[in-house]
Amino acid sequence: MGEHHEHDPHDAAPAHGRPLRLGIGGPVGSGKTALTAALCRALRGELEVAVVTNDIYTTEDADFLRREAVLPDDRITAVRTGACPHTAIRDDISANLDAVEALQARHPGLDLVIVESGGDNLTALFSRGLADRQIFVLDVAGGDDVPRKGGLGVAAADLLVINKTDLAPLVGSDLAVMGRDAAKVRDGKPVAFTSLREQPGAPEVAGWVRDALRTW
Amino acid sequence: MRASLLLLADSRLPAGGHAHSGGVEPAVSAGVIGDVPALADFLRGRLATSGLVAAALAAAACAHALEGGDAWALLDAEADARTPSPAQRKAARAQGRSLLRVARTTWPARALEALAVVSPDGPHHPLVLGAATASLGGTPHEAAAVTAYNAVTGGASAGVRLLGLDPLEVNRALAALAEDVDAVAAKAAACTDGPWTALPAASAPLLDIYAELHLRADLRLFES
Amino acid sequence: MTRSYTARAAVTATCADGVTRLTRLRSDGPLALREAAGAVHLVGAAAGPLGGDDLELELRVGPGARLAVRSAATAVALPGDGASRMTVRAEVGAGGRLDFAPEPTVAARGCDHRAAAEIALAGDATLRWREELVLGRHREPPGRHTGRFDVTVDGVALLRHELRIADRYAGPAVLGDAGAAGSVLLAGPGLGREPYAAAGLAVLPLAGPGVLITAVAADSAGLRRLLDEGEDFVTGMP
Repeated sequence: MGEHHEHDPHDAAPAHGRPLRLGIGGPVGSGKTALTAALCRALRGELEVAVVTNDIYTTEDADFLRREAVLPDDRITAVRTGACPHTAIRDDISANLDAVEALQARHPGLDLVIVESGGDNLTALFSRGLADRQIFVLDVAGGDDVPRKGGLGVAAADLLVINKTDLAPLVGSDLAVMGRDAAKVRDGKPVAFTSLREQPGAPEVAGWVRDALRTW
Repeated sequence: MRASLLLLADSRLPAGGHAHSGGVEPAVSAGVIGDVPALADFLRGRLATSGLVAAALAAAACAHALEGGDAWALLDAEADARTPSPAQRKAARAQGRSLLRVARTTWPARALEALAVVSPDGPHHPLVLGAATASLGGTPHEAAAVTAYNAVTGGASAGVRLLGLDPLEVNRALAALAEDVDAVAAKAAACTDGPWTALPAASAPLLDIYAELHLRADLRLFES
Repeated sequence: MTRSYTARAAVTATCADGVTRLTRLRSDGPLALREAAGAVHLVGAAAGPLGGDDLELELRVGPGARLAVRSAATAVALPGDGASRMTVRAEVGAGGRLDFAPEPTVAARGCDHRAAAEIALAGDATLRWREELVLGRHREPPGRHTGRFDVTVDGVALLRHELRIADRYAGPAVLGDAGAAGSVLLAGPGLGREPYAAAGLAVLPLAGPGVLITAVAADSAGLRRLLDEGEDFVTGMP
């Protein structure tokens, strides 16, 4: 009726004129999708968020996020990777860019687009052409020697998340060792320990994302 | 110019090709491809049908770009008319968008800008390939050759990934198809003499059926 | 030896005061036309088409007129002196309807047949066009068969489609081990836009105002069942 409802709840438009693209990578089962869901829940009240998932086999991750209703359905897009999840986030990012741009076109006010990679090995790294910032997710059950072994994701991600800390005593992983080994290869970049079971909102990671948005 | 053409034909070109199987995934799911000879048969049929059509469209697009033409919407409609499967039209336009992104960055040209506005879903892939070939200094025949080559290599790679086929065996099968690829490219290039309405329209009923079945499959690794 | 034919047959349907009349019905050679039971029937005055035959059928459906074309029996494309050709040219005016559904064509061993259909529809014309091809008579390999199909709506390409039967075009991407292949094109305003697929069958909404139903089957009876299923899906009939 001629009345516009374009109230902008934010302080300012994104500095780069488009939303921040946050890559979330890590091995299969480390909790990427659960972390993505947690971030959506934590941030959706204050930010305009959308998600692109890169499932390996199916649209299961996208379906999970839709079922959990962490975001409206039209803010979640699934990309198929032809059995090559690392290719889709690193060597040939076109399908992901396509999905991100389609989300931006559909939701012009987006602040944050999370691109969740398909579960991959420790060498996977997001291309800078796709992700402005990236998080690499490990879990303690994968063994406490993983940070020591390093790999591109562990060493180069802007934030390393060591997830499922509540399981550490059960699987015999030493969190102190993991933190120390990670610090060695990460050149001062931050490491966050999370247990989504104990703190479903992943407050530390959500805080890091807020900071990333402020300084981007 | 030769090196640029090789770059355009390279499977490492970041234009989204790795996520498309050219019908190989649904054919594997349907149980009709299980080994290298069956894969080679499949690719030969694909090359002779949708490969020929795509190569002819690419050659026509290259010739049109070289002439400085602007009838891109008309050529895009001719591509639509030769692609009855909505799933295949969607895949062709998705790959067209991705290739356009690469081409505009790498070999900017007026024809590529015109193609960018031809449809909100993006232009058909062979049109972009033809225009990009013109932009890097190539000929319609070369555009057809790259397209015909792509028509078999993408599916071959999907076969390796889906079935764990011996890549050396698959490569040998591709080499055995090389003569067919050349023949299709020559045939497609020869069509640039005639009107667009008469361009090849070879259809493959099973490719159409598989493309639609694929969208309904529970498990799929490839977009198409 | 059999002699080959050059034949030009034609049908014109015109509508006046809401009633369609056949204002032209010209048979020629093997293209014998009869009007019966609300349709024009191709009653095949000779076996064929044979190699060397050059047959053309022209169909004109005026504005608001209706025409249905059927055939009395299966056509069998046979070898002879060179290639055989069968070309159908059709024009359907505004609000007109053409329903072309002859019996199948069998591509017999050794044939070299070139079928072509060129159809020009006005914007709100309606078309139903069925083509069925059987690959060889009982337990024989088919000869060569090329069927090219060009349909425009108000001059804009709706469908350009060619099916080739020749050894190098077969294989698991094209026809597999099918013994019959065919399609029904439905064109006109107000058709459903929902795709559908099952084993051997796809319902394909085109980019323009039309739906192509395409099917492959072991034999002509199976093919007809699939095409009927596809048509039922589009028209919403049981």
